Amino acid sequence: MKRLRRLFLAPAWAVTGVLFLTPLAIIWVYSLLSRGAYGGVIWQATAENYQRLFDPLYGMILLRTFVMASAATFFCLLLGFPLALFISRAGRRKHLYLQLVILPFWTSFLVRTYAWIFLLRDTGLINTALLSLGVIREPLPLLYNDGAVLLGLVYGYLPFVVLPLYATLERLDPALLEAAADLGARPVTAITHVIVPLCAPGFLAAGLLVFIPCLGAFLTPDLLGGGKTVLAGNLIQNQFTTARDWPFGSAVSLLLMAIVMIILLVLLRRGERLV
Amino acid sequence: MAEPDAVLELRGVTKKFPTHVAVDDVSFRVPRGELFALLGPSGCGKTTTLRMVAGFEQPTSGEIWLNGRRIEHLRPYQRNVTTVFQSYALFPHLTVQSNVEFGLRRHSIRETAGRVRKVLELVQLTGKESRYPAQLSGGEKQRVALARALVLEPDLLLLDEPLSALDPRLRKQVRAELKQLQKRIGITFLFVTHDQEEALSLSDQIAVVNRGRLEQVGTPREIYLKPRTRFVAGFLGAVNWINGVGVRPELTRATKDPPQPDLKWARGVVERTTFLGNVVQLEARLESGETAVAELPPGAEFRPGDRIHVCWNAADELPLVEDR
Repeated sequence: MKRLRRLFLAPAWAVTGVLFLTPLAIIWVYSLLSRGAYGGVIWQATAENYQRLFDPLYGMILLRTFVMASAATFFCLLLGFPLALFISRAGRRKHLYLQLVILPFWTSFLVRTYAWIFLLRDTGLINTALLSLGVIREPLPLLYNDGAVLLGLVYGYLPFVVLPLYATLERLDPALLEAAADLGARPVTAITHVIVPLCAPGFLAAGLLVFIPCLGAFLTPDLLGGGKTVLAGNLIQNQFTTARDWPFGSAVSLLLMAIVMIILLVLLRRGERLV
Repeated sequence: MAEPDAVLELRGVTKKFPTHVAVDDVSFRVPRGELFALLGPSGCGKTTTLRMVAGFEQPTSGEIWLNGRRIEHLRPYQRNVTTVFQSYALFPHLTVQSNVEFGLRRHSIRETAGRVRKVLELVQLTGKESRYPAQLSGGEKQRVALARALVLEPDLLLLDEPLSALDPRLRKQVRAELKQLQKRIGITFLFVTHDQEEALSLSDQIAVVNRGRLEQVGTPREIYLKPRTRFVAGFLGAVNWINGVGVRPELTRATKDPPQPDLKWARGVVERTTFLGNVVQLEARLESGETAVAELPPGAEFRPGDRIHVCWNAADELPLVEDR
């Protein structure tokens, strides 16, 4: 029995080992080497890459990244919860609505982000419409700023919030809501005092599913932020492309990963008490 | 305005679902201070009736009156009616204290501590205030559900199969406690059950429901001894149907000799006897082909194949009035 179990687990272990642990080890080794002039590394050990992380410039970027990821998570939960609640009570239509939530995944994330550019830019749909209606005289600066990046992140990760919250709401005993109403709670009070507290594990899972990828996001800030909004993801990407400083990029990656691990451990330990 | 003597009155209440009629033109009155049971098999519409009184379902037609006010259009949180749910539906994230306080806070009642303490004393849960529902036994959960509903001093307390989730050994004890509690506090109880023994032993009055329709309303004695329909007679206890006449097994006798002339009787053959301690249960096949059961004193000696007379007192026949 035990041998059989090992046999079945072997492929998963192999994939994890080769495709995850090996690159991780390479990044770790690279982070301790010196940069090559045209990318790559020179085999000369140094701690300089880690020392540079203490530069306030990078601290600011990390801080901005955390603020941006937190804001995106907050708005995703704020918008996703009512949607999940609505779907969970939609009766026979809930499967249709769930399909609609998943529908965007049928199109490439890149294409969808470009679509936002066409909507938001000065000559885009929104500005053109408002200009021709005479609501505004100058195009609104909708694109290439923090707001556009936040919008893009919230848009991109909203489905990731709706699905786990929906799963939690589905499991909720409907009698609990009836009991709340029975005892005098209006619908809003029933939501804030019964549904939300009981969905705490769902909020935690949904929040992590947004927060962690947002920390490493580089495509959205690049396209919608116009290079003005540098987040940790862009910083890492730049080190491997234009800056050609692979060792430093590796060090930043590892730092970000370490921070994520710490957050996960703390939250999951808390989460155990919630469940 | 003088309070009407009926706390609750249903007038011609009907509930139609897309596939079937769950409750069909039901009318009854629940007198103040009584323990009133809705009794019927599962799916008969008794729970739907209860849910309409609570406000979880809207009647398709008909009127529901609570203390002289029409309430069928009111939301559950606008009715002074509370419910003990079959699954109890205690809030798992709140302590016993907070569960009981929940309703008081929703009604903006400031002085909660005293009322919570009193009601927990009433259901004998003092000392368990800071427990969570998951840390309670089944009986304790049921009492928290009761306390949570009673603390609001409702005009009417609804109980949906209140004992069904309990251990069978605990049920009889809790049943007696529930009845004592109801008499002490004087709040009107309307409860739903499919268990005829529970309904008979607890209630002041019973409404028997079958296929969405009200079959009969009366005291436990009335509906057991004078059932109006075959369904009521059969649902409340075993009945021997002999030539279209119903007799309870405990009022049915058996003799080998010709019976006394003042008794009614039918000829039959003993099929089997079962010794149950306090009674011997005798099953006989009658000449008409019907089966009759008689509960006899433990000393009675019959063997399968014995030719007997199954006999009964004409006065003990169930006086069915009508049959649908």
